Amino acid sequence: MTDAADLRRRTAALLTAHPPATTGRLDFLRARFDAGLAWVHFPEGLGGLDAPRSLQSVVDAELTAAGAPDNDPGRIGIGLGMAAPTILRFGSEEQKQRWLRPLWTGEEVWCQLFSEPGAGSDLAALATRAVRDAEGARSDAEGGGDRVVEGGRDQGVEGGGGWVVDGQKVWTSSAHLARWAILIARTDPSVPKHRGISYFVCDMTDPGVEVRPLRQITGEAEFNEVFLTGVRIPDAHRLGEVGEGWKVAQTTLMNERVAIGGSRIPREGGMIGVAAEDWRARPALRTHDLHQRLLTLWVEAEVARLTGERLRQQLSPTLNSVRAGGAPTGQPGPEGSGMKLAFARLAQEISGWEVEFLAEDGLTYDDWTMRRPDGVDFTGREAGYRYLRAKGNSIEGGTSEVLLNIVAERVLGLPPEPRTDKDVAWKDLPR
Amino acid sequence: MTDGTPRPGAPAPDPDLLYSEDEEALRAAVRSLLADRGAPATVLAALESGAPHDTGLWRALATDIGTAGLLVPEKLGGHGASAREAAVVLEELGRSVAPVPYLTSAVIAVTALLGCGDGAGVAAPLAALAAGRTVGVLALPLPTAPGTPPDLAVRAAADGTLTGRVTSVADAASAALLLVPAEGTDGPALYAVEAAAEGVRTDTVTPLDLTRPLGHLTFDGARGRLLATGDRARAAVDRALLTGAGLLASEQLGVAEWCLAETVRHTAERTQFGRPVGSFQALKHRMAALWLEVASARAAARYAADALASDSPDAPVAVAVAQAYCGPVAVRAAEECVQLHGGIGMTWEHPAHLFLKRAKSDELALGSPGRHRDALGALVGIDAP
Repeated sequence: MTDAADLRRRTAALLTAHPPATTGRLDFLRARFDAGLAWVHFPEGLGGLDAPRSLQSVVDAELTAAGAPDNDPGRIGIGLGMAAPTILRFGSEEQKQRWLRPLWTGEEVWCQLFSEPGAGSDLAALATRAVRDAEGARSDAEGGGDRVVEGGRDQGVEGGGGWVVDGQKVWTSSAHLARWAILIARTDPSVPKHRGISYFVCDMTDPGVEVRPLRQITGEAEFNEVFLTGVRIPDAHRLGEVGEGWKVAQTTLMNERVAIGGSRIPREGGMIGVAAEDWRARPALRTHDLHQRLLTLWVEAEVARLTGERLRQQLSPTLNSVRAGGAPTGQPGPEGSGMKLAFARLAQEISGWEVEFLAEDGLTYDDWTMRRPDGVDFTGREAGYRYLRAKGNSIEGGTSEVLLNIVAERVLGLPPEPRTDKDVAWKDLPR
Repeated sequence: MTDGTPRPGAPAPDPDLLYSEDEEALRAAVRSLLADRGAPATVLAALESGAPHDTGLWRALATDIGTAGLLVPEKLGGHGASAREAAVVLEELGRSVAPVPYLTSAVIAVTALLGCGDGAGVAAPLAALAAGRTVGVLALPLPTAPGTPPDLAVRAAADGTLTGRVTSVADAASAALLLVPAEGTDGPALYAVEAAAEGVRTDTVTPLDLTRPLGHLTFDGARGRLLATGDRARAAVDRALLTGAGLLASEQLGVAEWCLAETVRHTAERTQFGRPVGSFQALKHRMAALWLEVASARAAARYAADALASDSPDAPVAVAVAQAYCGPVAVRAAEECVQLHGGIGMTWEHPAHLFLKRAKSDELALGSPGRHRDALGALVGIDAP
């Protein structure tokens, strides 16, 4: 059993063998991955040591103290939070070996090709098609000399014929930076919508992949539209069985909600900290009403922080808390949806409060220039940006309305919504 | 902010927000007892009998299971447990709105006595409270909040006789032992007074919450035994109020849990327009939102209990947060319970009203949410204009 003392020893050994002061950033990150200190709860050989997830903080603290570089988790959040757990659970050994290391070091950025213009909250209604690649399959049958994707480049995982994908995706963060995408597409339109979907890994540098910026309410283009035209994907880039893509996607989505709502934050971390600092710095703007509302929000933010902490303890009991009932599964449950709901509402209310508190300064905006940021910067910009960007928090990763349905049905066991499309083949659904 | 007050960003290191196996075993024992003896219909019948509390249930809970002595060290006749265990008992009592003086006697009065040092005058009453033989209450109005010295309505003469009137004392009619904070000739003091002593009168009032009776106490030259004076008396009372407020959050959690569970059960069964009403989004979303609040209240209440148990310097913040949050959640859960039950929720027969009355009364008890938010503002440096 790998314990905290063992991890400290291994971390010290890593720092001795690869002193951060004299080791290149990427070399250090690769060495850290190979030492099993990237994500300690992952298996050995895949950047981890099969250790409890909670012990990651031991490693992180030692490395931060030693001035080691991090892997810029804000820039590669989709890979870390969504692609990696899905690959770990459903990927073949070859897929794990190929994708996880450069994903973690940030050498390869990932994005997520799920939502479509006609399939947002009703994600399973997606229309992007993946059909068997007759040409590619024939080439394979003819002796395998031609590869489905042209040679000379890094091929990912090899073999097994392929697919041709056509369709349009939307709200894709990081698509303009990404090397790989997790993609869900319809492989069988003759069965009901949830059953005819398969899950693939798409090479974003392939011909037929076109990424266009999607400018949004804040003025910047943090998201993209992605047009897929005759994109060839080898069958070896499929995760899970053909037609089982919805099940695979559930793992991604549950992890997405945890990633959005469940990062560990200190007291007064995030937006409430900005609001509290505004209050302390600008006594002239204080009113009794704003004081009462700020205190209410402070309490709610602190309670949300504690709720997230409690959820983390349930997922992965710490050593002084192994007394939690039942073995931790390490898998996020529907409670993650609850946390996302809470953080979305709080971000909106706090940022709205802040714009109001700032009075005349709340009427200005820092920059409407169309930009393509690497990620969301909630605390680096001004209040108006926070207010506008937070509007997306109750939409992205599942709208709050859909998440409330999920909580009601899966946590509380309330009767499901009547579903008129339940037993109808996807091709026969009205569109 | 003065030195020594907790700063924002300094919560207790690694609080344990889960339940231990021992705590779950205690919960199972209390829940089983309450299921046998404290079902809501039984509670209702007992209330209408006019007894100040269910003495049979109290004996079983306090003495047989031994919950009355949880907060008392073993060498003083108790079980040497902590606020974490007492919080679990209160969750279960909240789930059944049981009319027993647990919060007032086993939590608040016990904590006040423990704060008086280990003199001979303390050991005997403490042992009696811990054994559940005696019910004791701190003679302050139920809405008194921790953190500020209460206005003391009782004066102590140099000879130890007490004069004054304290209104709305919870479980006053059940109590044999009154712990009376009084303004002495040299500042604050805490006295022990037998409720049956000459010069003590208890007038019962009709309370909003029938399950937690209130009484007005009048002292007219009653003889008190001095327990503590000055800063020690003040600190003992404040610690008792802080502990009471922090653990009240667990009772509020229990109230909210019952209300949500019953509402889910009812709406999943009740059919209108050819569907269970619980399948309508308008209702589902309200219950899902309530679930999120209850889950959050659990985290807040557990943190308060853990901070009290570990005597964390962050305990005043933890208690203020828990009280500011959990009181309104319990009220909303009870109000939603009444509303989503439809007509039946308005009847005397259905127990929803017992929970609504407890929830609303609890919201005022030991400091309203607004008072706790104000206290919090001072603790974390969000000062008033």
